[in-house]
Amino acid sequence: MMQFPSATLLGQSILSGVFVGALYGLLGLGLTLSWGILRQINLAYFALTFLAAYLCYQLSSGGGIDPLATLIVIAPCFFFIGVALQWVFSRFRVSPFNSLLVTFGLTVIVESVIQSIWTADFRRLESTYGAAKLRLGVLYIPAPEVITLALSITLAVALYASLRYTDLGKAMRAAAEDGPMASAFGINRRFIALVVSGICATLSAVAGVCLALSYTLAPAQIYAWIGVVFAAVLLGGIGRPLGPLVAGIVIGVSEALTMALTAPSWAPLVSFSLLILLLLVRPDKA
Amino acid sequence: MGRTFHGYQALAAIAVAGLALATIPWFGLPLFYESFLYLVLHWIVLATSWNILSGYSGYFSFGHGAFFGAGMYTTAVLASRFTIPFLWTLPAAALVAAALGLALGAVVFRVRRLRGELFALVTLAVTFVVGTIVLNTPIDGGPGVYLSAVPIPAIGPSPASSFYLIALAIAVITLLIARWIYGAKLGTGLFAIRDDEDVAEVMGVPTFRCKMIALAISCALAGVAGGIYALFISYVTAGETFSIVVPLTVVLMSVLGGTRHWGGPAVGAAIITSLLYAFTAGNQPVLGKAVFGALLIAVILFVPEGVLGRLAMRPRRSDETSIAAVEQLTPARVEARSKLLVVRDVWKAFAGVQALAGVSLEIRSGEILALLGPNGSGKSTLINVISGHYRQDRGEIAFEDRDLRGLSPHRIMHAGIARTYQIPRPFAHLTVLENVALPVMFGRVGLARDAAEREAARWLQFTGLSGKADALPDALNLHQRKFLELARALASRPKLLFLDEVLSGLTPAEMDEAIRLVRAIREQGATIVFVEHIMRAVMELTDRVVVLTYGKTIASGAPRDVMRDPQVIGAYLGTAHA
Repeated sequence: MMQFPSATLLGQSILSGVFVGALYGLLGLGLTLSWGILRQINLAYFALTFLAAYLCYQLSSGGGIDPLATLIVIAPCFFFIGVALQWVFSRFRVSPFNSLLVTFGLTVIVESVIQSIWTADFRRLESTYGAAKLRLGVLYIPAPEVITLALSITLAVALYASLRYTDLGKAMRAAAEDGPMASAFGINRRFIALVVSGICATLSAVAGVCLALSYTLAPAQIYAWIGVVFAAVLLGGIGRPLGPLVAGIVIGVSEALTMALTAPSWAPLVSFSLLILLLLVRPDKA
Repeated sequence: MGRTFHGYQALAAIAVAGLALATIPWFGLPLFYESFLYLVLHWIVLATSWNILSGYSGYFSFGHGAFFGAGMYTTAVLASRFTIPFLWTLPAAALVAAALGLALGAVVFRVRRLRGELFALVTLAVTFVVGTIVLNTPIDGGPGVYLSAVPIPAIGPSPASSFYLIALAIAVITLLIARWIYGAKLGTGLFAIRDDEDVAEVMGVPTFRCKMIALAISCALAGVAGGIYALFISYVTAGETFSIVVPLTVVLMSVLGGTRHWGGPAVGAAIITSLLYAFTAGNQPVLGKAVFGALLIAVILFVPEGVLGRLAMRPRRSDETSIAAVEQLTPARVEARSKLLVVRDVWKAFAGVQALAGVSLEIRSGEILALLGPNGSGKSTLINVISGHYRQDRGEIAFEDRDLRGLSPHRIMHAGIARTYQIPRPFAHLTVLENVALPVMFGRVGLARDAAEREAARWLQFTGLSGKADALPDALNLHQRKFLELARALASRPKLLFLDEVLSGLTPAEMDEAIRLVRAIREQGATIVFVEHIMRAVMELTDRVVVLTYGKTIASGAPRDVMRDPQVIGAYLGTAHA
């Protein structure tokens, strides 16, 4: 039966909604960039995120390195993975639609690799951050989530600012707007694409570390995130760095409230309903 | 192109092959073969049904698992809880799956931007949404549904052979439907949508309806396959059903076999099922999955058209297309000098740009009107608004006293308005003949395919393209592409024809030919509006001229008078600052 929860519980669930929304935003950031600028729908982004999460888990629980410090190793590696991926895409002139299929194939491969190394069992990273909890009045604030929120906001704002104000960012936007025309004005599109793809993959590495900090990992979970994160990307507007963060938090909070008011198992319907609602109300704005 | 209208042999071949395969259970093969063959047929049904929407129209669905799963659960619930005989549950499975698909299509197919990508993602999400609903409601509730008590209809000598025979029947039906649509009007419409949906709509294809029909058929067949599979595995769980496995496998099979060919997915299904069997038999499911992923990537990078793709692209040899009968060409006649189209105070803005700022003009029937104006003056936007591609922000457009506001482009085409594109936009994977036959098939009258192709052949004759009837548009040069645009617009027998810069880029000799054509078209009674920069043609051809600048009409009248108008001279050459 539906029961109205107490104010504290409600506050706590809104807060957790904000935190999970921050992770949606972080996951959506790379997707929205690669979709908006490279015209690629990169499903492999989710697989890369999980790969980074597992690497963080391995280095941290096996090697005793601080989870956040693992980024020093993981991030540069992922940047090169992104560059390599883009090299293949431009070498074979993969169309935007086929990029979806190719990265789908890649996702399945990465899933199999993860499963064969770390098995299909759930893995949980035990770190000093996990135990740390801040208190704000009656509300508990877990440290890993705060880190995720901070990273998500910082990266989204940084990307927003650099797309808007730096020369490289302007070149990226020009290339996205009209590729051939941008080339005619001396913009090296190949180079831009390699950099963007590298940045996107690096973002997936950051998202992976955040994922490892607060969630249990299993290879099949890769697919659980796709629907909700794409909903955040579409709701936020493709190619807009702040979009997924804002939309992600809206979705996260809606999900948390749905869970508090009904049952947790209904949460997956929230993002989809919001997306369908958007399509119904503004079919040409999606 | 392999998509000929002589499809009866293919349909008969499918039926005969089906009958021959139906005798297998009486050969006394080991049971194991029948189960394996059942699985092959199962995947043939799923992949082929997926292809009817996704391959033909290019809307790739990642939600086939949801439709398949809807069918599975319909049969599981009806057969186990309501003890309805298994075979009777199959139509219900088809209906539920089709209803789910139609509900989804009604929302997603209305979107105009990013439609393909959006459809793929929304259908991917729907798989998990349906899974969640099934898991959270009494449909399943968590423990799964057992069908072990449901009797298996005794069609063959053993249960395994019964499954085989039922699946065979459905596979034959699915292939017959796929082959029939492939050669039918619906199929041509879907392939045109895949190539260029906006142009398809302007050529008279009711794109929304075509997509919905294809989606409903596709889902219904997937639902039936699901219903049979539910009984075959006899224990249905949400986690197993609504997973990524079905869409992944189906997409892979179809892409491998070739999505532009009706038989491609079946070939792909046979290859992949055999591979899959080898991996499961070898106890390497994880490796099998990785190989799937790798195969999908390899196929897209190296054989993007699939195994049967090349077959579908082979030009057809036919000699019946060269019958000439130009005399019989008579586009619809209209009474002379009445007002055919009235445009009153039409406005259209794109973000900050006011493309049309209160355009008003009248087009009288039987005249040739030139629409002039410098680049960016709103000529093409006006054509796009009249043909229904854009909707005006305000203002009225009436054709034969009928308000065109809110009509979709294919209805406007049916009313009698046709257009060409400044940069030719032929359907790249349809032959030249099929390109021209399309507006005949989907026009006001809507001829059947062979009659439409005969008529199209005449229009090719008229425009001098007969020799290229079986070529793909890629093989044409610019002047031939422009004439193809013209033939395609004429084929719908328009009352009003918009020619958007058909002459630009032509050599003087080609231009003479084009001018002769335009005259011939007018002789037959069509009213022509043409947008042109080439003044020689304007002076030679037109009765009246309308000049646009900055989205407004600044002058209209006889060509020689308008050309002397100081405002017009100013718009083109700038005004003197003294």
